[in-house]
Amino acid sequence: METALAMDRLHFAFTATFHYLFPQLTMGLALLIVWLKTIALRTGDEHYHRAARFWAKIFAINFAVGVVTGIPMEFQFGTNWSRFSKSAGGVIGQTLAMEGVYSFFLESSFLGLFLYGEKMLGPVGHWVAAALVWLGSWMSGFLIVVTDAWMQHPTGYKLGPSGEFGLASFWDLLLNPWGLWQYAHVMMGAVATGAFVMASTGAFYLIAKRHEAYGRIFIATGVGGALFASLFLLATGDGQGRNVAVYQPVTLAATEGLFTTAQGAPLAILGQPDTNAGRLDNPLLLPKVLSFLTYRHWAAEVKGLSEYPRDLWPDQVPLLYYSFHIMVGLGTIFIAIAAICAVWLMRGRLFDSKPLLWILMLSFPFPYIANTAGWMTAELGRQPWLIYGILRTADGASPQVSEGNVLFTLVGFMGIYMVLGMLWLFLIYRELEHGPEERERPV
Amino acid sequence: MIEIFWFCLVAVMIAGYVVLDGFDLGAGAIHLLVAKTPEERKQVLASIGPLWDGNEVWLLAAGGTLYFAFPALYASSFSGFYLPLMMVLWLLILRGVSIEFRNHLDSPVWTPMWDAGFCVSSGLLAVFYGAALGNVVRGVPLSASGDFFLPLWTNFLTGAQPGILDWYTVLIGVLALAALVAHGALWVRYKTSGELSARAGRFARGAWWLLGILTLAATAASFALQPHIGANFRSYPWGAVFPLMAIAGFLGMRRRGELAAFLSSCAYLVGMLTSAAFGVFPYVLPSVGSPDFGLTVYNAAPAVYGLQIGLAWWIPGMVLAVGYSVFVYRRFAGKVN
Repeated sequence: METALAMDRLHFAFTATFHYLFPQLTMGLALLIVWLKTIALRTGDEHYHRAARFWAKIFAINFAVGVVTGIPMEFQFGTNWSRFSKSAGGVIGQTLAMEGVYSFFLESSFLGLFLYGEKMLGPVGHWVAAALVWLGSWMSGFLIVVTDAWMQHPTGYKLGPSGEFGLASFWDLLLNPWGLWQYAHVMMGAVATGAFVMASTGAFYLIAKRHEAYGRIFIATGVGGALFASLFLLATGDGQGRNVAVYQPVTLAATEGLFTTAQGAPLAILGQPDTNAGRLDNPLLLPKVLSFLTYRHWAAEVKGLSEYPRDLWPDQVPLLYYSFHIMVGLGTIFIAIAAICAVWLMRGRLFDSKPLLWILMLSFPFPYIANTAGWMTAELGRQPWLIYGILRTADGASPQVSEGNVLFTLVGFMGIYMVLGMLWLFLIYRELEHGPEERERPV
Repeated sequence: MIEIFWFCLVAVMIAGYVVLDGFDLGAGAIHLLVAKTPEERKQVLASIGPLWDGNEVWLLAAGGTLYFAFPALYASSFSGFYLPLMMVLWLLILRGVSIEFRNHLDSPVWTPMWDAGFCVSSGLLAVFYGAALGNVVRGVPLSASGDFFLPLWTNFLTGAQPGILDWYTVLIGVLALAALVAHGALWVRYKTSGELSARAGRFARGAWWLLGILTLAATAASFALQPHIGANFRSYPWGAVFPLMAIAGFLGMRRRGELAAFLSSCAYLVGMLTSAAFGVFPYVLPSVGSPDFGLTVYNAAPAVYGLQIGLAWWIPGMVLAVGYSVFVYRRFAGKVN
């Protein structure tokens, strides 16, 4: 049973991580495409129209992979986590069903029109279609984040007679304080991915001396978006961090590698947590900063892991700690890159600065890593609970689905997703190779 | 009472999925047989291109609605049908990328490869969906806690320890394939022109005979295997409207008018599915061993308050969704060029 549980967790973690590589770009690009279309509509500049069409093609390929990898997520609640679904379906089924009814219908209907109907709709109609695709994808993000937020910090529920959870307040479920901060943070992470990918593509075109007019548009739009997103990531991350401090204090201690309670607790920049010895090896510490960030007071007491019984600790403390530190470290680097590039852009020197163009071009994988590490922080930090404080992960899996069956389908998904990833790369490469210029092509 | 209402809503959503994505799957299943030239294959794909993704959303929305309205059913059936559902997921992935990636390259290797993927995955999905419905009608060996786990097949006999595939579920799977082949062929006939449209029409007429025989066999088998169906129709004779709808639709599929024939096929599918739902009600998953362990609309539903709240967002949400669908279908109305 224990190995089956580990397989179920790995199954969900793998399929969710791979899946989220695609929606984060989709949601980020959806906003940036609306932005490009808005400028095109207001200035009539044909370059912006073509830029929007180019990103719509990338969007379409990415969206297709996002859709086909997304369906398994909904199914897995039932296939691998039947105990959890049986007890929690009455609550989180609300938001999951709403995602289908409110966002997927909107998104899929208008994406077809957006991709195939530019001539038919006219410029304003096409802008509206783009805006509705953006609205649909961001609503989908909201309903999924709210579902996760209920598992992180359950609100608006009541316990039924046979141990299952029923809805007690719809608005408490939808306006969960955890969910609102998390939503803002996750969306800004998606904008960061879209913006860095766009800027990186622009830098690639300038370095390669191809499609340079478009390269400059992509860099300007991308750098602007990246600066906006990375600053808001800092603010929303701070809000989310204080939620963790209030609702999941043991998770806070684990993410920060704080083993013993301290007044004026230091912030660990580097170091490796040793859970057996109960200490952080090779630490590089900023004195009193953790207390200040958490409670806005330099001498505040922050509780360490040793305050809590071991069976309340997240079960993967080092992985959680590394994920969190990678996310925060990369977020800091994003602010630096985006700010420097923005200054150079305003002084009109960015397009000629080889080092900055190279940095931008090579930047695109890092928001993906940061978003993945961020979700790992959230979900590993939730452990050992499936629904925080009320249902343990060990009690949520499907009892009659054996380890071997889960391992078989996990390996199956790994193989299929590897092929999907290669196809995605191949098709995206072809679009980048063609570039945004209009051309004859067989579609 | 509200549980019964949600049972009807979930049934409507599943029927909506089968009617809408059904023609995508049917068009896919006959793709290689009905479209001979590259030009014709492009036409078949164009007939579903901007629509299939929105149609597939009905599966997600129906699944989500089922999850929230009958969580115990979702938990029990999805985990019990673990392996076949995973295969459905893999087939859905293959179907989706086959449609979306096919037109990116014009190469004598690339396009036929995705055409084959589209055809095989669509046909198999139709069989899997039919077999799934067969399992629900026949029932599964539920335990007292509402769990089960079925092997893919045992001795192909129904009984206390059936497999997911037995003679009955295979029969329903083949019936579903025939029904969606006819449905998809009528759609292709309606949306395309020239030789392709005529060929699809001939295909639909051939499938119609097979469909008639299979429908009779499956109906007889269902009444014999699941006594609850006969009991329901005897107790509530008004339920005959569902099979009558199926019969009217079936006869209408012979109509000369392309749209009329396709809409008749929609009516046939809705009639068949609602007949099955009416027949097994109040069960949503009957038990083959001890009838008491069967899942019903009552013991699979959550607290009533959640179901009431659900109506408040479900109704406006679905009105909007149907509105988008009508808008999109009208925008892409008429024959593809």
